[in-house]
Amino acid sequence: MSDVATAAPLNPASATPENIVEVRNISKFYGSVHALDKINLSFPKGQMTTLLGPSGCGKTTLLKIIAGLLEPSDGEVLINGKVVNGPGPERAFVFQDFALLPWATVLRNVAFGMELAKVPKAEREDKARHYINEVGLSGFEDKYPHELSGGMRQRVGLARAMVVKADVLLMDEPFSAVDEQNRRKFQEDLLHLLAAENKTVIFVTHSIEEAVYVSDQIVLLSPRPGQIHSIIRPEISRDTSPDDIRRDKKYLDAVENIWTDLRKYLD
Amino acid sequence: MLAATSVTPHAKGEKSDRLFGMSDTLFYRILSVLIVFGVWEIAGMIPISIAFPTFSSTMAAMFEMIFDGRLIYAYGETLKPLGMGVAISAFFGVTIGVSMGLNRLSQWVWEPIFVVLQASPVAALIPLITYAYGIGITAKTVAVIMLAAPIIVLNTYKAVRNANPSLIQMCRSFQGTRLQEIWIVIVPNAAPVIFAGLRLGVAAGFIGVILAELLITPTGIGDLISYHRSIAEYDYMYAAVFTIIVFSAVMVGFLETVEIKYFRPEKKKV
Repeated sequence: MSDVATAAPLNPASATPENIVEVRNISKFYGSVHALDKINLSFPKGQMTTLLGPSGCGKTTLLKIIAGLLEPSDGEVLINGKVVNGPGPERAFVFQDFALLPWATVLRNVAFGMELAKVPKAEREDKARHYINEVGLSGFEDKYPHELSGGMRQRVGLARAMVVKADVLLMDEPFSAVDEQNRRKFQEDLLHLLAAENKTVIFVTHSIEEAVYVSDQIVLLSPRPGQIHSIIRPEISRDTSPDDIRRDKKYLDAVENIWTDLRKYLD
Repeated sequence: MLAATSVTPHAKGEKSDRLFGMSDTLFYRILSVLIVFGVWEIAGMIPISIAFPTFSSTMAAMFEMIFDGRLIYAYGETLKPLGMGVAISAFFGVTIGVSMGLNRLSQWVWEPIFVVLQASPVAALIPLITYAYGIGITAKTVAVIMLAAPIIVLNTYKAVRNANPSLIQMCRSFQGTRLQEIWIVIVPNAAPVIFAGLRLGVAAGFIGVILAELLITPTGIGDLISYHRSIAEYDYMYAAVFTIIVFSAVMVGFLETVEIKYFRPEKKKV
């Protein structure tokens, strides 16, 4: 992730083989509602791409189509150059409402993907413990979700997605149910964690600041029907501290530009 | 290790709400039971009706019937059809309910039957069971099923149908099979409502068996009730009714324990 500043947007051709996820001509109708209209997108390997837009622009729909949780009405999704139908081990999803099993401990929730894959109990719990520690929840292994705060629950959701070693992490407004202070801390932790793992992340949010802060690439979607408005690469160096990034002129300019673009879609 | 400072497990202190050496919930439970029995005793002494015995004479009658074996024998008679009926209703009821929740065709086939059964005045239909099943244990078992099964089936169906869609998507996103989805996510998710249905089903099964004993052939606990009523020994009659309430409550508590132990361990800590 440190090479963001040098990865120029000028060479999309050379980046093509590195696109781990590709979306081709995706359209989606819910009955007569046209949710997505002929979306074509590439997601470079190892980078964080944000789908940003006002409500009703189909960003979550697009993410769930990439995840294989929704069928597109038209078009196809390619992972590593192969067309996929339905979920697969190369993708892991982080849910907006956490989607934790209320009757399972943190440990079992984190290990849930491996439980489904019938990994032996001792092995999967070992791996789960590692990621519980990574997201800062060690000591909470035997707690149940209702005993945790919103931010901690989403850390469980994140650990569950990280532990299955999927190359692509799909995150659906992961911080929207987390309060503002925890949200900032969580964003910083997420970047830190991802830098070490070389994951490709597709991130849905409606927060402009969040998008600019975390993303290598921002896809702005316009609503009714959902179409790509523009693609922005903030080009912010992430070597500096989080506070410096939030004061960086490039960061502030990018936020301002996106806001100027998006405000015309507001009612 | 990230965010270690913001999140550290905190040990929860032991609750200090204690009264007379017991936890406050236990204290209030005992207190509420004592008040009910006290009011019962006073109401019996007034008396509000000659057919309403005091609590103490009811208890005396109950212990007399326990020690001379009448009550034990009666329960032996009653528990056979009740146990079979409830077991059959629970097993098939939950199975059918789950299948209705998962499958439209199954819902289409079963829902009308159980809705009609639940809405119908079963007490009026119970004597008709004898035309098909005679006056033996089968008829009484059928009566239990007619009362218990609809509640169990319809509760289970509603619980499964309303399974949290986000948890199902989560299971799919981790490549869970349909069977895993059902057994590891949908059924435990529905367990609280399924068990609520089972508790109501057990209570309804009790009503069914007593009705059958009153309406088909006088045996067991139903016979104790109707016999003592007919000879105006109301304390014995109330003693029999009282034991049914106690037995029902014990069964319901047992089901709650099973639910928490095997399906919803997180509730234990609440």
